[in-house]
Amino acid sequence: MAEPLLSISGLHAGYGGTEVLRGVDLAVGPGEIVAVLGSNGAGKSTLNRAISGLVRPWRGSIRFGAAAIERESPVAIVMRGLIHVPEGRRIFPNMTVRENLDLGGYRARTRRDDNRTRVFALFPKLAERQGQNAGTLSGGEQQMLAIGRGLMAEPKLLILDEPSLGLSPLLVEELFALIRSINAAGMAILLVEQNVVQSLEVAQRAYVLENGVFVLEGSAADIRNDPNLKRAYLGL
Amino acid sequence: MLSPIILVPAILNGLLTGAVYALVALGLTLIYGVLHIINFAHGALLTAAMFGAFFAHRLLGLDPYVAALLLTPAFFVLGYALQRFIIGPASGGEDRNILLVTLGLAVVIENALLYAFRADTRTINLPYAFDVVDLGIAFLAVPRVIAFGAVIVVALVLWLIMQWTDTGKAIRAVAKEKVGAELCGIDVAHVYAVTFGLGTACLAIAACLLIPTYYVNPHAGNAFVLIAFTIVVLGGMGSVTGALIGGLFIGVVESLSGLYLGESLGQIGIFLIFILVLLFRPSGLFGART
Ligand SMILES: Nc1ncnc2c1ncn2[C@@H]1O[C@H](COP(=O)(O)OP(=O)(O)OP(=O)(O)O)[C@@H](O)[C@H]1O
Ligand SMILES: [Mg+2]
Repeated sequence: MAEPLLSISGLHAGYGGTEVLRGVDLAVGPGEIVAVLGSNGAGKSTLNRAISGLVRPWRGSIRFGAAAIERESPVAIVMRGLIHVPEGRRIFPNMTVRENLDLGGYRARTRRDDNRTRVFALFPKLAERQGQNAGTLSGGEQQMLAIGRGLMAEPKLLILDEPSLGLSPLLVEELFALIRSINAAGMAILLVEQNVVQSLEVAQRAYVLENGVFVLEGSAADIRNDPNLKRAYLGL
Repeated sequence: MLSPIILVPAILNGLLTGAVYALVALGLTLIYGVLHIINFAHGALLTAAMFGAFFAHRLLGLDPYVAALLLTPAFFVLGYALQRFIIGPASGGEDRNILLVTLGLAVVIENALLYAFRADTRTINLPYAFDVVDLGIAFLAVPRVIAFGAVIVVALVLWLIMQWTDTGKAIRAVAKEKVGAELCGIDVAHVYAVTFGLGTACLAIAACLLIPTYYVNPHAGNAFVLIAFTIVVLGGMGSVTGALIGGLFIGVVESLSGLYLGESLGQIGIFLIFILVLLFRPSGLFGART
């Protein structure tokens, strides 16, 4: 792997007195799709929150490009082009699709119109519904909006937290095709998923998180064939 | 039953008073809608603004309507700074603490005013204070008509800001979905402070609209904030439209109950409504925030 875009080492984080991440090392190279797999409560979203500044790491370092970002605010991290599309979408339900997208481009206002055109090309459904309140979109449309909103911020690295959650099998197919196509344009993606099979198909490398530590890591092909995957993932 | 000759002027005057109530309520509900806290310092800040308008006239000879042009931005900055540098940091993000900090702030401001200006009640004399507009069916005091017009303009401007500016959109985003907003690169601490500033700026305008026909002493603001709180509950916590319509409605209620029950009992009607709303429609007449 070339000089990593994101590199995390010895990361510890948690809530109150409870430690959730207990020493995590991870790297994402430029243009790579890296999957993080793990069962419920393993600490995947906590890892994402620590990367994007929502949760202050207790210990360890997070570097994005040449910069140490483990003490930076979420705003500063967004401005670096590290964009987190969170679990549960967290779109603005009281605002229109278009307003949601425009807020996604809050820190890239000068190129907002171009970016919006690009997002609409990627998600024609959103273009059709740009005047509709986001809260009234279907679950699948809301997920597209959440990703579209993230793309408006001109990510260098896009973190997707369980984007396939709650989508029908057909939409899941579409979603993974979409992930491939935005990655093909050069964007690095950190993909947090429970959908193991499909994630390992799109990712080049993967990590398996269990109880706040990585128990497996390697190329997607190796992980797929690893006898421990089932055990780690299902907690058997 | 009273004849229209008495009723119509009472209703019109109620609407004029209600507009200023609405403005005070607007500030309160805006802060509630975004920060999800009741700002207990609202009354004390209104009092401070009234002193500001009073001394702008007394010391600088500024007409209150001119003073508004200075006090409004000044109070925006004051509100911004209070939230950004005192309330926010002191509360450490805990809603419960924010309540206590605003309560403490109210005590500090009121006592500072009391210390500086004693409990004396002060008024200013303006040449037009007693001018009236003759509508044929009612005489309306000019300063109150101006106040009504000003409140409509302020509400409109505020609506335009919230609807069309990036800052307004950021405020609405933070109000509903704070984490989502943070992940868009919106600075939540800044948005909180801007909102608090806007709410406080509303008070400066209200103070300048009130001072021509009202008095000021270190507790003057509290009466308005009690009513404003009723309006906020009536209109639905956080609802801007609710605050406006609720304010006008409460003004009319006060005026009519004054008419039927006697001047000094006018506010009984307001608190009766308050209790009824709490009993039968605790989410307010306009439900969730807009
Ligand atoms: N805000 C919080 N306060 C306290 N504990 C939390 C908080 N958020 C998460 N946790 C705890 O941290 C642990 C890891 O949660 P996290 O959300 O990171 O898991 P996850 O791997 O994303 O799970 P899922 O697949 O269900 O989304 C869980 O035990 C959870 O209860
Ligand atoms: Mg999660």
